[in-house]
Amino acid sequence: MYLKTIENVMKKLKKDRFLLFFLFSGFFLVAFVFVTLGDMFYRQIGDIPALISAAKDSTILTAIWISISAASVSALIAFIFGVPLAYILARKDFAFKSVIEGIIDIPIMIPHVVAGIALYGVFMRSGIIGAPFGKIGVVFVDAFPGIVAAMLFMSLPYLVDTAREGFKTVDPRLENVSRSLGASQWTTFRRITFPLALPSIFNGCILCWARGVSEFSAVLIIAYFPKSAPVMIYDLFTMYGLTSSRPASILLVSICLVIFIILRASKHGERR
Amino acid sequence: MITIKNLQRKWKEFNLKDINLTIEKGEYFVILGPTAAGKTLLLELIAGFYIPDAGEIWIHGDNVTTVTPEDREVGFVYQDYALFPHFTVKENIEYGLKIKKIPKDKINKESQAMMDLLGITYLRNRYPTTLSGGEKQKTAIGRSLMLNPHILLLDEPLSALDARTKAGLQDELKKIHNESDITIIHVTHDQTEAMIMADRIGIMMRGEIVQTGTTLEIFNTPKNRMIADFVGTENVLEGHISKKIDGLAIVDIGSSEIFAISDLETGSKVHAFIRPEDIIISKELQETSARNNLETKIKKIIHLGAIVRIELDNGLVAFTTKQSAEELELNIDEHIYVSFKTTAVHIVRR
Repeated sequence: MYLKTIENVMKKLKKDRFLLFFLFSGFFLVAFVFVTLGDMFYRQIGDIPALISAAKDSTILTAIWISISAASVSALIAFIFGVPLAYILARKDFAFKSVIEGIIDIPIMIPHVVAGIALYGVFMRSGIIGAPFGKIGVVFVDAFPGIVAAMLFMSLPYLVDTAREGFKTVDPRLENVSRSLGASQWTTFRRITFPLALPSIFNGCILCWARGVSEFSAVLIIAYFPKSAPVMIYDLFTMYGLTSSRPASILLVSICLVIFIILRASKHGERR
Repeated sequence: MITIKNLQRKWKEFNLKDINLTIEKGEYFVILGPTAAGKTLLLELIAGFYIPDAGEIWIHGDNVTTVTPEDREVGFVYQDYALFPHFTVKENIEYGLKIKKIPKDKINKESQAMMDLLGITYLRNRYPTTLSGGEKQKTAIGRSLMLNPHILLLDEPLSALDARTKAGLQDELKKIHNESDITIIHVTHDQTEAMIMADRIGIMMRGEIVQTGTTLEIFNTPKNRMIADFVGTENVLEGHISKKIDGLAIVDIGSSEIFAISDLETGSKVHAFIRPEDIIISKELQETSARNNLETKIKKIIHLGAIVRIELDNGLVAFTTKQSAEELELNIDEHIYVSFKTTAVHIVRR
């Protein structure tokens, strides 16, 4: 039965040269990602005990937990502050709007090391943000809040940009009608605009979170300790080589992949 | 009563210019105008979606110019209905009552009554994407009427519907209007729709209300050539008043002279408007009360179902019924006579 299905697909592809060309082109990108990660997994199959031992290593698990929790906190902060900004950018025209949009996108453009240096200057004990927070006992350098700050800086454009595009797809006339039916601006946002833009906002949160988990350079500069997963893996690689760093890498990729699939699946389910 | 005083609003490259309008309580008022005339913007200003740059809007004696939309008690139905896509028909209809935190059983009762009234109860659990144009329209109207608004604003509500559904909804709207004291302002670009629905019509062009009046006033006595062209007065003749005899003006239109009623003085350059349905065609010169009788030739005959459009050599267009055309046995290039009364000619200064 499967053979027949494959046969039918092949027949269809032979006829549809346009689709064949696009599939062939797209295949390269998929293969690039699959081969790179697949090779890493394949090589590890020969040394399962090392993978099991990494899975039991509390320092590796702690590092992965730090990455995941810091990325979650940074995604939450990006959501709280980014959604209102995205709404304003989607709905209103004002002077210097493109400047603000440019500023938001800067983290995508600049090298992550440069971002780390800039963050360090602002969040160090004498920095313009670090100093007042230091007075209330919040330290960023070599501390969990520093990791969150670095992740937030590097990932916020993904949430703001995606949410803004989401809000743009919501017809402003729906908001007008809602208000003519007695709903205030707040109620209209809560009951009409936000639910309709939610798939995009959710997508933005996932991207923001994923970008946070993978952040290395900026985190390394502002908060070498406590070690987040990428920093820990880099340390293992530089100190002990590929064989020692690979099991931790596989663990990080696997955990993130599972979380990613669950999030995507829940979004898909919600849409249905 | 709705009173709009010197209303102005700039919107990108478009300007709403000095709108002055009074609409009586309970009136069915149609704003008729071509695309991009500013009709929707005017409705949105009345609804309070935007604040005007200048001028005032008064509703039932209150100045509501800066009042928010949620406090105006004005219902609004957009051209594409703007139904909330994540709500079912029932949820859309109940939205306003839920916002007002009305008890659940009362909401259920009222929404059921509204759906029954509009004949859409069977659609209660359907989402807007699965509805036809007419079903969407009924849902949108029902949603607006649930709050018993003083005023209902309809933005091209029937333009996306097929002829049959349109006729049904026109009746429905008329019925709703007749059975309540609601004031309806209905925007359209469709003259026939305006004629059917309106108590009074306001013609809107290029951001201005250029003429208001009853249906007959608008269609029989357009104020200028632009309005005449828009409302379908196909016969627009250019000329000047050459003489005035016994209160009648004789208008020289070049090829001939026509009689009309006008207060304008001799020598005035004028436009003469004659509606095609006011022109009578005959094969022989008839003894009638019509003062205007012109001899001409038939240039084109176009059958439009029950109506036949006859284009004449002198530039005039006449409508006649299919039956009359058949009885007269009209042919192209045939010499005929056209006659029309002086009262059928509407004169305006050029």
